[in-house]
Amino acid sequence: MIRYALKMLFGDKARYLGILVGVAFAALLITQQGAIFVGLMERTYSFVSDTPQPDLWVVDPDLEHHSDSKPLVGQKLFRVRGVDGVEWATPMFKAFTKMRLPSGERRGCIVIGVDDNTLVGAPSNLASGAALDLRRADAVLVDEADVNGKLAVKTPDGKRPIRTGDVLELNDHRAIVAGTFKINPSFFWDPVIYTTYTRAISYTPSERKQLSFILVKVRQGQDIAAVADRIERTTGLKAYTESGFKKLTATFILEKTGILINFGIAVILGFGVGTAVAGQTFYNFTMDNLRHFGALKALGTPNKTILAMVLTQALVVGFIGYGLGVGGAAVFGSLIGGTSLAFSLPWQLLVITAGAILIISILAAALSIRKVLVLEPGVVFRG
Amino acid sequence: MTTLAPSVSAIAPEGNTRRIAVRCRSVIKNYGVGNATVRALRGVDLDVFEGELLMLVGPSGCGKTTLISVIAGVLDRDEGDCQVYGKDFSALSSGQRTRFRGQTIGFVFQSFNLIPTLTIAENVSVPLLLNGVSRNAALKKAKDMLAVVGLGDRVNEAPNRLSGGQQQRVAISRALVHDPKLIVCDEPTSALDHETGHKVMELLRGVAMSGNRSLIVVTHDNRIFNFADRIAHMDDGVVDKVVGSAKDLYGPNMAAK
Repeated sequence: MIRYALKMLFGDKARYLGILVGVAFAALLITQQGAIFVGLMERTYSFVSDTPQPDLWVVDPDLEHHSDSKPLVGQKLFRVRGVDGVEWATPMFKAFTKMRLPSGERRGCIVIGVDDNTLVGAPSNLASGAALDLRRADAVLVDEADVNGKLAVKTPDGKRPIRTGDVLELNDHRAIVAGTFKINPSFFWDPVIYTTYTRAISYTPSERKQLSFILVKVRQGQDIAAVADRIERTTGLKAYTESGFKKLTATFILEKTGILINFGIAVILGFGVGTAVAGQTFYNFTMDNLRHFGALKALGTPNKTILAMVLTQALVVGFIGYGLGVGGAAVFGSLIGGTSLAFSLPWQLLVITAGAILIISILAAALSIRKVLVLEPGVVFRG
Repeated sequence: MTTLAPSVSAIAPEGNTRRIAVRCRSVIKNYGVGNATVRALRGVDLDVFEGELLMLVGPSGCGKTTLISVIAGVLDRDEGDCQVYGKDFSALSSGQRTRFRGQTIGFVFQSFNLIPTLTIAENVSVPLLLNGVSRNAALKKAKDMLAVVGLGDRVNEAPNRLSGGQQQRVAISRALVHDPKLIVCDEPTSALDHETGHKVMELLRGVAMSGNRSLIVVTHDNRIFNFADRIAHMDDGVVDKVVGSAKDLYGPNMAAK
């Protein structure tokens, strides 16, 4: 009977396509908006993702996100190095500053300083040059994504890409482009420049506290959480794991901006419209078949079989609609892959969309099921 | 003015030796409540014998459809007693009632009620599937049954590609395929022209009556009265007369109209 239920569904092409469009639209909107949202959120902590070496990020306890400026006094680095279970600890500097391009234009930028000796925290994916080039005098690395855009150099003929050997000026200090790196797109607009810790400090106005983060590697065999706890108790600072530090930033963005509400509304809209369209069309489909269900009941079809038939119809159309919607979202994602638009489709989002579509399918079926179950089989004798 | 012949008994007389398929005593059914109550059946007494084709006739609204709905177990009576092959539907659970109906009763509806998106063989196979027959076996038996009614070469067609008469033959196949003991037909010829209706009744008489089955046919169509063994006339919620032939009901001049 289940096979016949599906033939009833697929045979009524107009209704079937109507339900399918509703479900697929909902799946598309939920997945696509969700993927943009996840993509944007991943960008908020891309700086942390691009610095995979440390097990722990040690920061000021009041720090709200990774771009927050609450520097530490330099001695804290040595105290952290003294905590039991710490393999190594290196300083990292991060600040906004202004730079002057070779063509004389001025613009803001984010300068990141990594440990002069070990270069821990330097980008690992270099498009040109090498991280070791940072050891050369006045060397800086710039983002490959900006060489043709934000850092492009004006010439009489227009613009040219910034290139190795070009000289920048940061806080009246010389900076020579030694190479370019590739990192994940960021939520923040300003171009990123990597250099050594000491040099980075000189590129920004002088302050008493200049240590932004302490990057910590935990000794092999040691429990990361236990070491973090010891660091916090010993230094009074806060030690985050990579995921904890990402969560801190993401939570700040979610709480302080309307991003969650904006995307939430779009997702709820997709869910609501999808439910309404699929539910109404499925209801109409069932009503059109009410006489047939009545006949089936008269012929001896038990209610549980009728229930299984209606639910199967709803779930199958939901499954196909889900595939179309998610497939559409994936195509959208691949089409914008080369652009600056944010899009990330983790498996968790596919599961959430599947859950939403399952609910839509069950809601659509629920609208109809009651009508079918209370249907008197005697209806078939009434003309 | 119609001349009425003496009626035969609606219920089996004392000393009856024929087996009774359907036994109704003082069946009452009301619709609605309070002042809006409609008394559809006011105490129906009726027996249907095994191997008998009984026609249930009477004016619109007299309770014919309500009575076959009660007999077929698709509607609960309010009072009285009604048994089909010794089983009282109201004494069965919902599941038992559905199962018993699926095994014991075949239905032929006025508007055929074939599912348009299934082939006619699939439509006919439904009662078999409901009785636990495998799909392949059910389809094979359905095709055999369709061959019996002359549609063996059209088993894979959709119902809406058939004429009204052919669709009713499919419906008859569906009613017979699982070999039920009782067939209930609701206006089986009302949607058909005279010639097709006659053929359908010949089919019902010839095929459905085999195997000592009983048929109850609700009809307004006096052109098919001649196919009946007995005709039960209903009026105002009761069986007021049971006769042996159409001419007993309306007189010799009206029987063939």
